[in-house]
Amino acid sequence: MDKNRRNFLKVAGISTLAGLGAPAIVDRVISGKGEGEVFASGGAAGHHGAEPTEHHGEGNTESHKEEKTGTRYGMVIDTRQFNANPKLGVKCVDACHKMHNVPEFPKGDKNEIKWIWLTNHENAFPEHSQQFKDKDTADNKVLVTCNHCENPPCVRACPTKATFKNKDGIVMMDFHRCIGCRFCMAACPYGARSFNWLEPKTILPTPTNPDYPRRMRGVVEKCNFCADRLALGEKPACVAAAGHSGAMIFGDLNDPNSEIRKVLKENFTIQRKPSLGTNPSVFYIV
Amino acid sequence: MFEKALKGNTNYRIWLAILGVFMAIGGLCYIHQFNTGLGTTGMGRDISWGLYISQFTFLVGVAAGGVMLVLPYYIHNYKAFGKITILGEFLAIAALLMCLMFIMADLGQPIRALNVMLHPTPHSMLFWDMIVLNGYLFLNILCGWVILTAERKGVKPPKWIYIFVYTSIPFAISIHTVTAMLYCGLPGRHFWLSAIIAPRFLASAFAAGPALIVFIALILKRVANFDAGKEALNKMVTIILYAALINAFFVGLEFFVGYYSNIPGHMHTLQYLFFGLEHHGHMYNNLVPFMWGFVVLCIGGIILLAIPYTRKQNEFTLGLGCLMIFIALWLDKGIGFVLGGFVPNPLHEIVEYTPSLNEIMITIGVWSTGFFILTILYKIAVGVEHEIEN
Repeated sequence: MDKNRRNFLKVAGISTLAGLGAPAIVDRVISGKGEGEVFASGGAAGHHGAEPTEHHGEGNTESHKEEKTGTRYGMVIDTRQFNANPKLGVKCVDACHKMHNVPEFPKGDKNEIKWIWLTNHENAFPEHSQQFKDKDTADNKVLVTCNHCENPPCVRACPTKATFKNKDGIVMMDFHRCIGCRFCMAACPYGARSFNWLEPKTILPTPTNPDYPRRMRGVVEKCNFCADRLALGEKPACVAAAGHSGAMIFGDLNDPNSEIRKVLKENFTIQRKPSLGTNPSVFYIV
Repeated sequence: MFEKALKGNTNYRIWLAILGVFMAIGGLCYIHQFNTGLGTTGMGRDISWGLYISQFTFLVGVAAGGVMLVLPYYIHNYKAFGKITILGEFLAIAALLMCLMFIMADLGQPIRALNVMLHPTPHSMLFWDMIVLNGYLFLNILCGWVILTAERKGVKPPKWIYIFVYTSIPFAISIHTVTAMLYCGLPGRHFWLSAIIAPRFLASAFAAGPALIVFIALILKRVANFDAGKEALNKMVTIILYAALINAFFVGLEFFVGYYSNIPGHMHTLQYLFFGLEHHGHMYNNLVPFMWGFVVLCIGGIILLAIPYTRKQNEFTLGLGCLMIFIALWLDKGIGFVLGGFVPNPLHEIVEYTPSLNEIMITIGVWSTGFFILTILYKIAVGVEHEIEN
């Protein structure tokens, strides 16, 4: 009896130590690979700098850590401009969805796919005060999309690194690696992710943009800040659709001289659900 | 030992045939889902996990519950559990296989499932869940089989197996802890974001698993002449009672935190689950009957198991009490917990989930497969017991 107990304590002690130690070692080993090197090879895209998507590699385990240097793309959405021009929001949504061959479902359909969409102020900012709303916030819609968080919970949750944070701050999707577990959808606090519940090609028989691939069924998709357009030196489709209205400003948040930083300096802006610590890269002027 | 599963009386064959029919229907429905996509389910953009993941979550608990037999027997040398410990180990095998089937049924691209191993991602809780679930499955198959073989030969089990037996105990705790971590580490899902989720999962697991074993042991006594022994059953009921009470206590604590703090995010889901949530003049309450079913069955089951007469003198009420507890905890964790967590959605809109018929048939198919496997495993275990007795 006593002997059994002693044996058990030995085994239990050793396995506890192994259990506590192993994750730390695994983490150390993986982070030791260093994501910097992986991305350095993809850095040839020039100082406009969208990383080629195939270079996401294995090095993203540490993506929740702050990257002080390098590009961090972000966006400012000026709701005043959208309020002044009610048709502009729809134009931006259409431009994005046409650009990325997003199949169209009836509004509110459970299978709906949305990369960027219009919603009420109370839905976009549920943590902000909704009592005694002014006319503008009560009557108008707000554009919402993926926030390309600095600490993306979806990247933390993904079991295959199919969603990962690029060195330029963009949270990307690898449609070919995604297993469709939808853990990222549960993890995203902004509802920015959509799943292909059905075969997209049957809903969108002819692509609206032949240059962008349609997805297969069973994978998650979302806004990618038009990483492929950025690589060509163009602005994201929604920003281009907003044109010179100044309603959407896109740029490098880490560059103190960029236009977006100038706008952020001159205006009071808010982020969605800042209390969660995700640190969104999309800012709103309300 | 597999030959023991091949011989059986008519009832045994009829039971397997019935399960087989549901397995076949479930299989056909899965083929339909595989060819069409998960759009055939009731899940959608807002309720992105449904019956499959909620069943998975519940069954992880049933699998972990087996440890309530292994631990007293192997660590505290509680001899009365000697005969039924194998039932706990084999239940864990069947429950874990159901878990893996539910995960596969839920994947959008099941063919790519091995990507989880090809691209190991230690910061994802799903990666760790994969490791502990498969590890616990391996340990139970190994321990169950080696010990049963030794028993059959009338020799003591080899000493090396005890290393695996003892390892299986922290593994049992870990499978349900890591499963809880799938939920409780997600920002912006207030109902799940609670440190009490893992202990609550364990409490409900240690009630649900043993409750199922006692219920099945009572059936085996009638149909297979297998007597687990009064002392063993009585001790298990004690475990079930305490675990069910602790689970109820934890649920009560969630209510206190939500309603006393009066923070809307902490109340919304509880309100939706138990009373219905009103939003823009519409009442959303499709899970309310399930949750009150949980409350009533849980209290009823606890009463039946707590009163000495209904617990010790009457096997019918004992079995009924265990069944009530099992169903109650299924409603709590296998329905309410996962589905409720998605309401309201991150944009504070409310969408309700109703599973599709195809989805329900797949779910029943997986459960039937699990019970098919369980029946065969128990047939073997009971067969070996009879062989030793003769």
